[in-house]
Amino acid sequence: MEKILTKNIDKPNSQDIKVYLDGGGYKALEGVLTLKPEEVIDEVKKSRLVGRGGAAFPTGLKWEFTRREKDEPKFIVCNADEGEPGTFKDRVILSNNPHLLLESIIIGGYAIGASQGFIYIRGEYFEEIKRLNKAIEQARAKGYLGENILGSSFSFDIQLYQGAGSYVCGEETTLFESMEGKRGQSRERPPFPAQFGFMGKPTVINNVETLCNVPAIITNGGDWYSRIGSPDSPGPKLYCLSGQVNKPGVYELPMGITLRELVENHGGGVKGELKAVLPGGVSSSLLTDLNVKLDYKGVREAGSMLGSAAVIVINKDTSIVDVAKNTMEFFAHESCGLCTPCREGTRRAKEILTRFANGGGRVEELALLLELGEVMFDAARCGLGQAAMNTTTSAIKLFRDEFEQKVRK
Amino acid sequence: MSTVLWKMGVDEIIKERGKSRETLLPCLKAIQEVSGYVPQEAVSYLRENLDIPSIDIYGVITFYGMLTTKEQGKYVIRLCDSLPCHLNNSEEMVGVIERELRIKSGGTSPDKKFTLEVVPCLGLCDKAPAMMINDKIYENLTEETAKKIIAELRG
Repeated sequence: MEKILTKNIDKPNSQDIKVYLDGGGYKALEGVLTLKPEEVIDEVKKSRLVGRGGAAFPTGLKWEFTRREKDEPKFIVCNADEGEPGTFKDRVILSNNPHLLLESIIIGGYAIGASQGFIYIRGEYFEEIKRLNKAIEQARAKGYLGENILGSSFSFDIQLYQGAGSYVCGEETTLFESMEGKRGQSRERPPFPAQFGFMGKPTVINNVETLCNVPAIITNGGDWYSRIGSPDSPGPKLYCLSGQVNKPGVYELPMGITLRELVENHGGGVKGELKAVLPGGVSSSLLTDLNVKLDYKGVREAGSMLGSAAVIVINKDTSIVDVAKNTMEFFAHESCGLCTPCREGTRRAKEILTRFANGGGRVEELALLLELGEVMFDAARCGLGQAAMNTTTSAIKLFRDEFEQKVRK
Repeated sequence: MSTVLWKMGVDEIIKERGKSRETLLPCLKAIQEVSGYVPQEAVSYLRENLDIPSIDIYGVITFYGMLTTKEQGKYVIRLCDSLPCHLNNSEEMVGVIERELRIKSGGTSPDKKFTLEVVPCLGLCDKAPAMMINDKIYENLTEETAKKIIAELRG
């Protein structure tokens, strides 16, 4: 498959506008400026591109909903706050192909009728922040950002907004709160960002990887794109492979390859003997079978979720109790504390799992953890709490004996 | 001296982004970067200049992992212990660095040279175990390399 998202990133200085232009960069934007915004949205709808941040919502629809809103101004926000453990795909683009992202945001802004875009990037991405700032300067100097872009009537600019160390700010409504200078606490939905986003205005918020598909869709057409990869959710996908695997890394592959192909062919196989895999980071449920299609539907049918495609491989030497405890330490730390199910649930689960890890668990607490998982799924305010117990509950269901061995004698 | 530096940065940000609540986080980040923490006088300054109550400003500072009200060391070590690093012995690395510096996670060495923080995922999962010291990345750590890195910074 021809690379779309990681095209040209092996070239020296790939982050520079000159290299990007030599590879045909900003040509899609030139084309877009001759189209009506509705035509751009139609093309994206035809491509059947869905959001790569994890929620898999159709991108074209999101754009259409926001465009139709009467309220002004409108904003487009790029979510570059990747923080799900095991996810490092957006970093590859931010670091090596920042102009692809800028071009994509500008096109999105044109399509929805925005004149201001934002990139919310996680604070720990120091080098990527520098490169993006540089890229924005270069794009302004060449007239791809600013007043009357390329002589058109369209004016648009992009501002970088840095996060300050909080996982939950990657949740879209929480991200707006953070941009507004507040603590990172989610909002109730509805209203959705298309109606009430940043500063209460209609806002499109898309993940880095999602946006970066758009120039190729414009250049080659939505129909062309819709034939790549899985018929259920077409396009290329950046799979992040980590954990106990021989060749960890980010792999751009057609959506829908199997877990086996990814781990064995691309990742050079498991280090040791396979025990389980988390296909979508620590928010997903464990899988033990590698014959799973890595698209949204395939992973869902296997009982887990693809999320941001953070594929974490776990070998047989690893204690699954320790894995569960580690994920719960993460969620207890990152819970914003606003809703009780998540704030108390993550803490209590962490305490119980710590006791198990130290050989002091009580057997009845396993049922309690499973029940807590259900309660948090039903009652937590945002995705963090709803998904926080997935790894733990699947671990108990799949490897109950390991937990029972850790029961206090 | 550091007061002058953060004030300059803050004034510039307010001038560029306007006197609004949305300007708070960029200001706090700038102060943290220059001073290594957000001193009380900076909170007062922001209260006056952005018209935000101190309690809200402290609410924001204490929420975000990269902002502190306690002075940090010259080198802030952020060592990842999220699952991909954890599966590659990051817990052992935490122990190695804690012993080397004789401080626990969250602590600062008495000479104010090092602060150690065990942090969630840094997005360096293919180079696990990994850490950052200020804005520099250190990857595929072993006991040996971790000790060497600390020794070099110690000078």
